[in-house]
Amino acid sequence: MPSFGADMENGVLSEWLVQPGDSVNKGDIVAVIETQKGAIDMEVFQSGVIRTLLVEPGTRIPVGAAIADIDEGALQTPVILAAPPTASGKESPSQSAPRIKASPLARRLAERSAIPLSTLRGSGPQGAIIAADINTANTTNADIPIDVPATRPETLPVNVPLSTSQTGELSGMRQAIAAAMARSKREIPHYYLGTTIELQEASQWMEDYNRGKKPDQQLLLTALLHKAVALALASSPELNGYFIDGQLQLTTNIHLGMTISIRGGGLISPALHHADRDSLPELMNKMRDLTLRARRGGLRSSEMSDATITVTGMGDRGVETLYGVIYPPQVAIIGLGKPALRPWVVDGEVQPRLLINVSLAADHRVSDGRQGAKFLRTLNKLLQQPKLL
Amino acid sequence: MTQASERTTMSYREAVQEALREALHSDPRVFLMGEDVGHYGGCYGVSKGLLDEFGEQRIRDTPLSESGFVGAGVGAALGGMRPIVEVMTVNFSLLALDQIVNNAATIRHMSGGQFSVPLVIRMATGAGRQLAAQHSHSLECWYAHVPGLKVLAPATIADARYMLGMALLDPDPVVIFEHVMLYNLEALLPQENERLPTDKAALRREGSDITLITYGGSLPKVLAAAEQLALSDINAEVLDLRCLRPLDTTSIVRSISKTHHALIVDEGWRTGSLAGEISAIIMEQAFWELDAPVARVCSKEVPIPYPKHLEEAALPQLDEIVSTAKQLLGTP
Amino acid sequence: MTPANAKPHVNRNHLLQLLQSMIRIRRFEEKCAELYTLEKIRGFLHLYIGEEAIAVGCNEALQPEDALICTYREHGHALARGIPMAAVMAEMYGKITGCSHGRGGSMHLFDKTTRFYGGNAIVAGGLPLAVGLALADKLQQRNRVTACFFGEGAAAEGEFHESLNLAALWQLPVLFVCENNLYAMGTALNISESEQDIHRKAQSYKIDAETVDGMNVVAVEQAARNACDSIRRDGGPHFLECRTYRFRAHSMFDSQLYRNKAEIQAWQEKGPILQLIKWLREYQQFTDAELETIEQSVEEEINKAVAAAESADFEAITSLSQNVYSEGKP
Repeated sequence: MPSFGADMENGVLSEWLVQPGDSVNKGDIVAVIETQKGAIDMEVFQSGVIRTLLVEPGTRIPVGAAIADIDEGALQTPVILAAPPTASGKESPSQSAPRIKASPLARRLAERSAIPLSTLRGSGPQGAIIAADINTANTTNADIPIDVPATRPETLPVNVPLSTSQTGELSGMRQAIAAAMARSKREIPHYYLGTTIELQEASQWMEDYNRGKKPDQQLLLTALLHKAVALALASSPELNGYFIDGQLQLTTNIHLGMTISIRGGGLISPALHHADRDSLPELMNKMRDLTLRARRGGLRSSEMSDATITVTGMGDRGVETLYGVIYPPQVAIIGLGKPALRPWVVDGEVQPRLLINVSLAADHRVSDGRQGAKFLRTLNKLLQQPKLL
Repeated sequence: MTQASERTTMSYREAVQEALREALHSDPRVFLMGEDVGHYGGCYGVSKGLLDEFGEQRIRDTPLSESGFVGAGVGAALGGMRPIVEVMTVNFSLLALDQIVNNAATIRHMSGGQFSVPLVIRMATGAGRQLAAQHSHSLECWYAHVPGLKVLAPATIADARYMLGMALLDPDPVVIFEHVMLYNLEALLPQENERLPTDKAALRREGSDITLITYGGSLPKVLAAAEQLALSDINAEVLDLRCLRPLDTTSIVRSISKTHHALIVDEGWRTGSLAGEISAIIMEQAFWELDAPVARVCSKEVPIPYPKHLEEAALPQLDEIVSTAKQLLGTP
Repeated sequence: MTPANAKPHVNRNHLLQLLQSMIRIRRFEEKCAELYTLEKIRGFLHLYIGEEAIAVGCNEALQPEDALICTYREHGHALARGIPMAAVMAEMYGKITGCSHGRGGSMHLFDKTTRFYGGNAIVAGGLPLAVGLALADKLQQRNRVTACFFGEGAAAEGEFHESLNLAALWQLPVLFVCENNLYAMGTALNISESEQDIHRKAQSYKIDAETVDGMNVVAVEQAARNACDSIRRDGGPHFLECRTYRFRAHSMFDSQLYRNKAEIQAWQEKGPILQLIKWLREYQQFTDAELETIEQSVEEEINKAVAAAESADFEAITSLSQNVYSEGKP
């Protein structure tokens, strides 16, 4: 089938003007082709004898397909069929939370300052967060160090003088914390247990471990504490899981919620998945990574929702003892105080020892003090044998 | 004209005339051709007196044949001349679009680079004189759409004076738009060594809070708006594009990166406007610098009406520029 | 055929040369038609078949320093003007060795060396350019002719009238050649023009104008020589209306609903090549062997041109943005 135009894709062979056996000369009209622009005479560009007519009149034929065979070099060109489009492996876009209105500049600045947009209230048009809001946050919130040394994000010069007082409605994160804590105190009958644990062995072991290692490969006490909590939970399953609508959903998956202070104010506690299964260095890396991503943005939604229990601490703020408020629907929260050298009686003598006050707040609907006490005992035991962690 | 010791005050009209005179003196291949450029002295008086000075061969009155004489300009450029074709106004240039778009802009390309069209086309543009719908178009963006053309919009005395000479050095076709409301503008002429390259935008006012981007006849309005914004402690930067094709995207992005706010003032209709193009460039190249959506003040989507109050309402005006800028910045 | 009028050039060798030139164009285009159906050549392909006498005849009157502006049906003019066939064929293929470096294709053949200012694919779009080229010559006191070819369809365009007026008003050295093949695409002259003698429109602008038998290459040559002589002598324009016929469709994709086969047949019988061969046989003892020699040499040239086009390279996509502006420009 000849192409008579760039926009011609096929044609209907309406009439043959030759028969098999006829000789044809170059330039002879051999057929009539019906196109969308009407009938066009088809000229042959070879001389020879028609061997076969390959197509019945009335047939629609794509351009380039052979329609006849001429004994001397027929015009056969292979028909090229377009390959069927392969099914695309595209996945449907993932569901996401309602989008926070923020200017592109504000988003960029927030990311550089590691301030989650959800912690801010916009002062721009239609309540959008604009650059000035990030600058306000940078001014009002001192750099709150947290117990994991994360890469310090660069801070931006504050070039707009801004009011430092925040009034009016609560930010999104503040509202979320308010709702969760109010619900916790309204619904969950907490009981509280506290104990002091000696960390002498643990810290000694850690110092030995860290010796000669680069700072980013060294362990911190907090990793040992988290690991010990995770292992202790294995024998206290009634502290690990959820209580939802009167249903207890305990789990053997131990996902520790690790509390991270956010520079702009507020807290988040993303999950350290399967903290009991990680080696100490693995857990340490996980904690560093999680802290970094929590500050910069980039937490996965599973990390935000999977924690089965929360570990919180304000040791870095000098708090010796902390009794937490359970984060519903979880059923327990561990509070870590500031590890400090304090007098301690060992073998009838007062000695300086590195001690930490650890607390447990647990849901009395799910467990009793006896079970809580057992957990704290186990935790203590584990921390005295750090090489087993 | 007042002769100062070093600098001269002149009108935009005089500046264009000086540019023409200089071009005609400095290159025998240059000639001016168009409707009423000779005996009448130019519809806007730009070429008044040039006929006597240079004669009929070089100041060539044409019949009302826009396509014919613009095409003849293309042909003469192909034939080794440096024609300056004056199309009386952009409104009439529509009759010559075929020659400009199908020939001037394509011949270098279609010939595989064998032929150049060193042609300069000047035309008046814009509204503001109550000339009604057929004599008030601002269609710069139509020409700026076409690869192969270079499009200039001198908005100052200096640019009126120096852009033409630089355009004549260009081996490719250059379209120059002179806004009708600028011809009477007077200012000190900077010295020639202070002239800017044709393809760079110029900061007409430095600022830190918002960039007002404009060109041609809107520049005086925008500068006035910037002064008014200063009264509200808003420090506006004013960027005069000068060259509409190719656009100086570097200067646009640089300014937005400083002020983080962009307002484009364009006498063209909003739909399909240069303002839209500039906005898209900002999205593509300076999105993360933006602290607010890009805003535009353009002509309203009506043919330009005759009555003064309606014409004014249809065109970008100072008040709207000021209020849009304030809105963008969230300032009451 | 009245070669008696054409005294200076009615020698046998010259006539054979005209014949060869026409056959060369004819066979080249027939090959193009074939290559088009095989999708080697794409875009629009407008064949000049039947009208060869005009390009060939007029070219005889032009000097190397003269300029040509043609239409989208310009293969014949390009070949007659001396653009190498290989460069024209490569252009049809869109190859980098084409006379427009592949950027133009069939409708936009350009060549600086021969002052060939292009096939212009806007009807009447080339006329103002011709006026401008002639104006440049006049302003620079160069005694050169710009030959401008267009179809009768152009006479309906404003640019035709604007250009004729300007050329006459400013007395510019333009040879306007109207190739009146009776159809503007599919619109017959008698349903599109109130004045169907196109040359009379030119006369109304006070341009010397005449009709000539566009099927008679000798008559065309003579008329073109006379016209060019007067242009070079007096400076002003001249207008030739060549009455001709296109044997093929307007472009390849055209079922020719607007005319009947008998009409085509009748014109084919007085085709320029047929006519000249007949006359040569009758008066110049032209032999089949001589014709065969011509055909063979033409075929060889075409085969070489096709082979060269086939083997030539396409331009790299990386240079796509070239030749929009001059070098060093954005």
